[in-house]
Amino acid sequence: MSDGGVAIRLERCGKTFDDGTRAVAPLDLEIAAGETIVLLGPSGCGKTTTLRMIAGLEAPDPGGRVRFGAVDVTEIPIERRNVGMVFQSYALFPNMSVADNVAYGLRVRRVEAGARAARLEEMLAMMKIGELRHRHVDQLSGGQKQRVALARALAVRPRVLLLDEPLTALDAKLRDVLRIEIDALLRRLGMTAVYVTHDQAEAMALGDRIVVMSHGAVEQVGRPREIYFTPANRFVAEFVGTMNRLRGVARDGYLEVAGGRVPWRHDVGGEVEVLFRPERATVVETGGLTGRVLTAFFLGDRTRLVVEGISDTPLIVETSARTEFKPGQEVHVAIDSDALLRLAR
Amino acid sequence: MRARRRSRAFYAQLAFTVLVAAFLVVPVVMSITAGLTVNFFQGVKSGLTVRWIGEVWRLYRDTITLSLMIALACLAVDLVVGVPAAYVLAKARSRWTRLVEEALVLPIAVPGLATALALILAYGTWREFRTSWLFILVGHVLFTLPFMVRAVLAVLSSIDLRTLEEGAASLGASFWQRFTGVVLPNCRGGILAGALMVVTLSVGEFNMTWMLHTPLTKTLPVGLADSYASMRLEIGSAYTVVFFFMIIPLLIGIQLAARPRRTAGVGEESA
Amino acid sequence: MAAPGLARRDRPWLIALMLPVLVIFAAFFILPMARLAGVGAGGPRGLATYAAIVTEPRYFRSLLSTLALSAGVTVLTLAIATLAGVFLQRNTFRGRSALIAMLTFPLAFPGVVVGFMVIMLAGRQGLIGDISRLLTGQKLVFAYSMAGLLMGYLYFSIPRVILTIMAAAEKLDRNLEEAARSMGASAWQVVRDVILPGLRPAFLSAGAICFATSMGAFGTAFTLATEIEVLPMTIYTEFTLRANIALAAALSLVLGVITWLALALARTAAGSSVAASA
Repeated sequence: MSDGGVAIRLERCGKTFDDGTRAVAPLDLEIAAGETIVLLGPSGCGKTTTLRMIAGLEAPDPGGRVRFGAVDVTEIPIERRNVGMVFQSYALFPNMSVADNVAYGLRVRRVEAGARAARLEEMLAMMKIGELRHRHVDQLSGGQKQRVALARALAVRPRVLLLDEPLTALDAKLRDVLRIEIDALLRRLGMTAVYVTHDQAEAMALGDRIVVMSHGAVEQVGRPREIYFTPANRFVAEFVGTMNRLRGVARDGYLEVAGGRVPWRHDVGGEVEVLFRPERATVVETGGLTGRVLTAFFLGDRTRLVVEGISDTPLIVETSARTEFKPGQEVHVAIDSDALLRLAR
Repeated sequence: MRARRRSRAFYAQLAFTVLVAAFLVVPVVMSITAGLTVNFFQGVKSGLTVRWIGEVWRLYRDTITLSLMIALACLAVDLVVGVPAAYVLAKARSRWTRLVEEALVLPIAVPGLATALALILAYGTWREFRTSWLFILVGHVLFTLPFMVRAVLAVLSSIDLRTLEEGAASLGASFWQRFTGVVLPNCRGGILAGALMVVTLSVGEFNMTWMLHTPLTKTLPVGLADSYASMRLEIGSAYTVVFFFMIIPLLIGIQLAARPRRTAGVGEESA
Repeated sequence: MAAPGLARRDRPWLIALMLPVLVIFAAFFILPMARLAGVGAGGPRGLATYAAIVTEPRYFRSLLSTLALSAGVTVLTLAIATLAGVFLQRNTFRGRSALIAMLTFPLAFPGVVVGFMVIMLAGRQGLIGDISRLLTGQKLVFAYSMAGLLMGYLYFSIPRVILTIMAAAEKLDRNLEEAARSMGASAWQVVRDVILPGLRPAFLSAGAICFATSMGAFGTAFTLATEIEVLPMTIYTEFTLRANIALAAALSLVLGVITWLALALARTAAGSSVAASA
């Protein structure tokens, strides 16, 4: 079943629309064959436009080139690029049954009836939608529609699978289920996949590498662990996961903030601002930084505290201590000093 | 796949569309010219004049004013009768109101000729009625009422009428106060759109009016048919010009009152 | 349903507001229509008058030509309006709004004026005659034939249908076409498999309205005074020139039923109330 897939390269691909808006600044991207790469960012960051340039639905601005392997496909329209595309709205043909939808690409390419039927069965079995074959599109649930869309895109053995926010329209529970299925599917097929989403949890779970984008530009490219533990700038740090902010004055080896001080290892002094992940801070009995509980959220396996008074903005700290925390209560927070990140904007 | 380069298919489709537009517009331009030039056969070279329009006014002044009077009377009746009806239809959604809504469409579904014939058979023997302009008014009201009702109903259905009225009632408003103070102001857009539609339809109505009219109660379109048949080309054209001048501002008004139209997609063209 | 208190107290008011409409409708439509049906059946041949539309060759011919003309106009208009309408909806270029305005402004022209337009184009002093004389030496005059009638019917049908088609084209899901293209469909295959099926409800509703309007159109045929008899003209001549009241009444009722059926079809296809007028 492994199709291998093709390596994709974008060179200086930017996109400016007719009305002058610059959706994507010229970017370079290398995607290895068989890799699943996720384009992650808030709406309007250019991730979907980039996907559409790979697909051939948008042409890059002059000077930009798209390569599939050794072949320059920039001038080739989508009909001849042999890509599989899955849309957020599924885009299933309402005038056809599920079976006709899945077989559409094969019919258009004039695959003869026997081979077509065999491939259809294969795809229906792979996505476990065999019993839906005669149903019409409006009789399907969201999850079923998504499976049909995947089956249809994969039926023609595309060189790359392009997914544009395929799970966004589904409810949370279904999203979790399908996310695992898609992950397993992509691994099994071993094909190149480009996945667009604004959900960073999805990106971390599915991506071999993540491309974080904002306002048409690439902020960082890296494996999920790199993105999470060593974000390149403030935007990436705050978009992926949660970040706390500490503002204070650094001198004599300590960073002094409103709620106390922490050891300071950087050789910069004066007024500074740092970020740190909530999980690098712990609630302690005494010592550390002192603050007051603003709100406490009991989440079952842990309690999330919003603490004020330590810095000029409230901090988020989690604890698995079983004691109950009340608003106004004093707490002590200890932070690993090497968890403090100084990042440019 | 350069976005700037237009394909051959684009130009072919453009040419086709321009041809169709020309088919519709060229005769209009021709008739306007004919109505304003001294001699149609010699064309614009023979000079522009309002002589023909003057002739038209002399010959058909009464029909033009009667048309306007009927249109305005029709509008008045439609407002008084149709707006409350639309309100009732918007509020009470039951089997009966749906039946009424369907029934109201009938005078439009049935050809004007048939409706006129039916009216003549039913009331033709009542001479005073048959020979007055009220007879024509009745036909026009039947034909235009559904448009007014539908325009107001569309607006009323799109707002949360029930909540607004309950809010007003909770503040102490009586039925009449609610109707005049809450419902009517909120359907202004629908009333305006409906009004423009009604006047345009009434001014241009022919099928019914031709059957219903008498030599003393002729409307503009009836006069037009008259002039095409019996007058020279320039007068028929000039009369058409007068008609255009009346109808085009109304059409523009309808266009402006309606939703603005956008194009779909950005950058993508048809292949 | 409204809260019980408000609805119950309002009911007398609602009935009062509805009364004028119901009275006018009953007195000036229902009653006359019933009379029309009655007169149609009360003539010298009784109910057989209704059958005359198929038994008498003249009336049957009239019915057939009207049906054929209306069907032909509908098909042609749908084709023309789809080609032009989808093109306009999908492309931006200088002059687009002007083109749309030109294509839709004849919407309110009464049939008489349309007939005059046809005479301007194809009559004895028509533009087409002048052009054909320049090109071939022979003047082409067809305003008073079936072709002229067809042209007239096209003239008032195209603006209406184009508006409906453009509105429907705007609502088409572009993702469907992109999905088809991503699987290798050519432009023609996309049109056949995605766009045309997507426009089907609009075709049915606009087509049915076009058909109904053409069936009932009178003014255009009246102005062009053709030899071809369409049903409305037959009714008119029977009533005014031959005083054949029963027959005219019967024919009108039959015509009314046909157009009403066509519009009922349009309404079920479109899901909302629609109307024809010409």
